[in-house]
Amino acid sequence: MASWQWFHRLGSPKWLSGTIDRWLPWVLGLGTLLLLVSVVWGLAFTPPDYKQGNSFRIIYIHVPTAIVALAAYYAMAVAGAVSIIWRMKVADMVLRAIAPVGAALTFLALVTGAIWGKPTWGAYWIWQDARLTSMLLLFFLYLGIMALHDAYQNSDSGNRAAAIMSLVGTVNIPIIYKSVDWWSSLHQPATLKFTEESTIATEMLQPLMLAIPGAYLFFIAAVMLQLRVLIARNEKNTRWMADRAAQ
Amino acid sequence: MYFNNLAELWEMAGHGPYVWSAYAISFIVLAAIVVIPAKRYRQQLAQIQQQSNKQDK
Repeated sequence: MASWQWFHRLGSPKWLSGTIDRWLPWVLGLGTLLLLVSVVWGLAFTPPDYKQGNSFRIIYIHVPTAIVALAAYYAMAVAGAVSIIWRMKVADMVLRAIAPVGAALTFLALVTGAIWGKPTWGAYWIWQDARLTSMLLLFFLYLGIMALHDAYQNSDSGNRAAAIMSLVGTVNIPIIYKSVDWWSSLHQPATLKFTEESTIATEMLQPLMLAIPGAYLFFIAAVMLQLRVLIARNEKNTRWMADRAAQ
Repeated sequence: MYFNNLAELWEMAGHGPYVWSAYAISFIVLAAIVVIPAKRYRQQLAQIQQQSNKQDK
């Protein structure tokens, strides 16, 4: 069953830890580089928005963090499903590794959005707005999953509870996406579209097209860093971990 | 550069405080999610090494 070998390897903390050590510098380096280039480009070289002026430059951190915060939740829910179906130890670790990173990115999307809202809408926060409140719910879902892991004496129960909660919370994701279409919202509708032409000027779009993959890579690197800590905690009494520490 | 000088870049025609604070907070949070687990991992490796040195003696 050669085709299943990758799946078994994926379940091996030792293999995963070695893979992380090899890939981390490249993923983190490229992600950081893309983010830096896009930020400098977007802050200093892009022309301002004809309606919003310079406040629109917040887009280059707001949109990437928001997109990845949502994608992270899907990734976490997939790990939750794998954990429930196959009882895979590594899946629980992945779920646990994603939660704090997802929470940080959601926090940034919320805060940068609030700062952008002040000069644009005249308010940092509006409770009646579905996009804003559903994103706040996402933040609390991440925090809830982090708390569940620590709430149980028995780590198996904690893992299971977190996996179930991650699956239940996926209901919120399409709501966030569609909130700007379903309810009247101050939040502008999506300017990036897959099915039709994007409603954003090309010179404004270009830095964003670097920032989004940059944010994805940065996210993957941050999850790898979390994962490495969790593996070291779980495997601290193994021979291979002692060998790695001795290097 | 779009702006004529660094002062204009900093001011951003009045939007400077919003834009720069958004990026400053982002920088701090993104740095934290890299630095905190990296530091923690180094501590873990040091502990594991200490532990295994004890056992070997």
